[in-house]
Amino acid sequence: MNTTAIFINVFAFGCLIFALISDRTKTKQALSVALKSFFRILPTVFIIIIFIGLLLGFVPQSQISKIIGEQAGFVGVFIIALLGVFMHIPSLISFPLAASLLKSGASVTSVAVFITTLTMISVVTLPLEIKELGRKMALLRNGISFVIAIIIGIIMGAIL
Amino acid sequence: MKGYVKEKETQRKGMKRDAIILGITLTITIALLSIFPDKQEAVITTSWKFFIEMILILPAVMVLMGLFSVFVPKEMVVKYLGKAAGMKAVFLGILMGSLPTGPLYVAFPMASALLKKGAKISCIIAFLSAWACIKIPQEMIELRFLGPRFMVARLLLTIIFVVIMGISIERLIEWSSKKQANHGR
Repeated sequence: MNTTAIFINVFAFGCLIFALISDRTKTKQALSVALKSFFRILPTVFIIIIFIGLLLGFVPQSQISKIIGEQAGFVGVFIIALLGVFMHIPSLISFPLAASLLKSGASVTSVAVFITTLTMISVVTLPLEIKELGRKMALLRNGISFVIAIIIGIIMGAIL
Repeated sequence: MKGYVKEKETQRKGMKRDAIILGITLTITIALLSIFPDKQEAVITTSWKFFIEMILILPAVMVLMGLFSVFVPKEMVVKYLGKAAGMKAVFLGILMGSLPTGPLYVAFPMASALLKKGAKISCIIAFLSAWACIKIPQEMIELRFLGPRFMVARLLLTIIFVVIMGISIERLIEWSSKKQANHGR
């Protein structure tokens, strides 16, 4: 087990102890929510993990880095940004997927752009967003998010 | 109560859909691996490695999410953000957005309630964006899989650009509704 994993578990455990001291019934409730969401997300975790295995096993690194690697240029970044817009997976799972892309030759820019569009923009929930927030605000939010995703990605690529 | 039943119903449907997709994925994988037996080892080792990494932190992340969802109820978030003003509202929006959990579409009705309460648009945008991509339990997974440098850099850049985006959208909407009002006259 490495340090990050230990840190995360210690942090969660600390919060749990703190919660137990301040309110027992609420903590019990929280744990039941945690248990339920754990089993709820498990199938998706398996799907993505299998997908990552297939991706790294079958698609040659040279292929991935040609499309979304350092040399791919703006078209690659744009493609992966669009991929993030149209994919609809829980954001928790987007990080292992992003890590597998990074490992297989994608650039930091592409990965950062992918995470940002994947989490911030969703075509699937856009109708709901328009209904709740109005057309103007929903479209502005999604449109500008797309632009800042690319800017964030380019800066990340430059500094890391 | 009715909403609760409906929520349960959609959750069951979602669960079923995920199980079906998992089944299809497994079938395809088994088929592929029996056609290309030389790939078996690579695929299985990679998947196994990612599975171990995930399972070591997933329970902790879920506990954090459960705690936040119970100790920071939606009503509290709406109450606090509804009356915040100025730049403080934007940062409070980011802070409040990074605490709760759940998919982004859960936040839309909250944002709508905030709009009706007269909260600043910049604050609502900041809240939604933070909810989407810099929630604390989510950042834990990012830390684990992409490392501290990547996580911190993306976190800081996202905060900076979300603030800029929130203020721009607020200005744009105010400007366009002013224009509309003038047009109507």
